[in-house]
Amino acid sequence: MVKNINDLNSIHIDVLKEIGNIGAGNAATALAKLLNRRIDMDVPRVKIMEFRDVSETLGGAELPVVGIMLKVTGDFTGNILFILKQQAAEILVNMLMGRPAGDSGAAEGHVFDEIEISALKEIGNILAGSYLSSLSALTNLNIAPSVPDLAIDMAGAILSVPAIEFGKVGDSVLYIETEFTEGDKRVVGDFFLVPDVDTYSVLMNALGVSF
Amino acid sequence: MVKVIKVGMADLQSSVHPCIITTLGLGSCVGVALYDPVKKVAGLAHIMLPSSQQARNNSNIAKFADTAIVKLVQDMLALGAEKSRLIAKLAGGAQMFSFVDGSSEMLRIGARNVAAAKEVLNSLKIPIISEDTGGNYGRTIEIHSEDGKLKIRTIGHGTKEI
Repeated sequence: MVKNINDLNSIHIDVLKEIGNIGAGNAATALAKLLNRRIDMDVPRVKIMEFRDVSETLGGAELPVVGIMLKVTGDFTGNILFILKQQAAEILVNMLMGRPAGDSGAAEGHVFDEIEISALKEIGNILAGSYLSSLSALTNLNIAPSVPDLAIDMAGAILSVPAIEFGKVGDSVLYIETEFTEGDKRVVGDFFLVPDVDTYSVLMNALGVSF
Repeated sequence: MVKVIKVGMADLQSSVHPCIITTLGLGSCVGVALYDPVKKVAGLAHIMLPSSQQARNNSNIAKFADTAIVKLVQDMLALGAEKSRLIAKLAGGAQMFSFVDGSSEMLRIGARNVAAAKEVLNSLKIPIISEDTGGNYGRTIEIHSEDGKLKIRTIGHGTKEI
């Protein structure tokens, strides 16, 4: 019998939250070192959403966002998505490149050049790498991220990408979401780990929880 | 006031004139808009996957091209549309991310969704009169019951009417 999202009980959800906590904690530390600034994170949320609600999360389906996506491969598979509002991405790039940390205030949104885009991808790389390495240390599983790719587009269109895989097995998708904020509470972005349904059992077993 | 009806992911809706049926932020999913110009009945499906046959759970028929389009046609006939008059317009089916191993099934899902939708429409003998599919960007679409025009909005790729 193949397991599904509906088979997760409250203990499993707590395990997933804890995974988010440890992974995101490590990722926040890495980002703080990179930017030489204080980075805070909220308590990770395990979101189980019906497909029809997915696009409206994060403040609207048409909200323009920067999405950095990586595939997770190894013993455990899934997707990682780091989503930033346009303005936050601009601030982040400026911090990383040692420029004044404001945004240009352009109404249409800043147009990112090639160097800025690769800087953003690198941030995705570092966050995903540190998130997964702590997860790997915790579980003894072999987990590796792919090369990141970036899209600047509607939040709904970007969030639908990891959701589609779930369509084959059910009518909802599970995201482990953590919000990162910079020292003065400007939101940096939302980090999503979206484990494939088929690997829930791998994850649970590695942590000694039956599923 | 024209009634605006929202269609979520893996969802479908239809209505008689006057209405606007919209779906927001289509990525790799494909939007199939059907219209009967005489009775002014409009319908829209937001399809996630090509086929219900390959899925372990196919209880939500709005999710798949093969089952969603058939259901949408049934719903529209119940509203007074005539099958022989129906026309179709397609939008969406983008590839939002392009990874190095671009061969993976999930990443080509957009193109497969479009191909599956076309196949189903052909088998139902519903002509596809226009489409705006593919690319690497998201789309918001709305079908107007007045004349069946499909308006498409994007970020950075303009707006159009098909």
